[in-house]
Amino acid sequence: MKCGVVVFPGSNCDFDTYHVLRDVYGQDTVFLWHKDHSLQNCDIVVLPGGFSYGDYLRSGAIARFSPLMQELQEFADRGGMVLGICNGFQVLLELGLLPGAMLRNKNLKFLCRHVHLRVENTSTPFTGRSERGRILRIPIAHFDGNYYSDPQTLDELKKHNRIVFRYCRADGNIDEESNVNGSMESIAGLINSGGNVMGMMPHPERASEAILGSEDGHVIFDSVFHYLKSGSPNKKTS
Amino acid sequence: MKIRVLVSYKESVLDPQGQTVRNSLHTLGYDFIQNVRQGKVFELDIDDLPREKMELLITEIAGKVLANPIIERFEWEILEKSGERHP
Repeated sequence: MKCGVVVFPGSNCDFDTYHVLRDVYGQDTVFLWHKDHSLQNCDIVVLPGGFSYGDYLRSGAIARFSPLMQELQEFADRGGMVLGICNGFQVLLELGLLPGAMLRNKNLKFLCRHVHLRVENTSTPFTGRSERGRILRIPIAHFDGNYYSDPQTLDELKKHNRIVFRYCRADGNIDEESNVNGSMESIAGLINSGGNVMGMMPHPERASEAILGSEDGHVIFDSVFHYLKSGSPNKKTS
Repeated sequence: MKIRVLVSYKESVLDPQGQTVRNSLHTLGYDFIQNVRQGKVFELDIDDLPREKMELLITEIAGKVLANPIIERFEWEILEKSGERHP
């Protein structure tokens, strides 16, 4: 599989993501400079975390107008796999590839810590290797992760099972405290209607090696590679 | 010509920063403050354009770039017409 990691000025998880894709998962991985006009035939494009353009204007608002985003939009429209992590999720929202917007965290603090996520939908290409309701422990690191959308959009998301991850407690229960940033419906990750574009605030690339305290990020990357190889999200072999 | 664009959160969107400012004003004794909404200001120096075209373009820019219509609203005003600037 060929993986592309988009680099904007201010991206800071680009090398982590590149390292994990190449060294942990053994995939052919390239950086994609935001000013270029080619996705270099990648099978999946990852928009990494960081602070593209210093979060000026709004998180992800300037990156959204980068030249490469035109190709990304076309790639996504053709069914290409796109994963937005943290700032990448914010860029996908600004691009309109995913619905809604991010507000400042409810406590007005930058939150950098491990959180628990509940996998709500296991029939996506990004979660097909997970059991439904599985609890993942993956770190977050963001200021603007307080998901907001209008009530109709939220209803649509719920109705079509497009909420992929919710913030939860270690036991999987959801309450106000577990909803660390104040997101509507405790949303931590969303997928588009086509099922090929996912955004998530937590960082699976920071949870892919035991030495870093969690390997739960494997669920997401294993699912992606399984899907790209088999063309189907589910069906475990063991 | 100079245009000022004001961007603020929609009424339906919580503004925790505004609330924090209000709370500190209360702490300082300014109890008459009922509510604070925080926003952004953009001042644009622009070429002279026919009024209609200018209005169309400013509205387009504000809705597409300066504000995110999902969470924000905007308004704009002309600050200064060309030739009105004083040294």
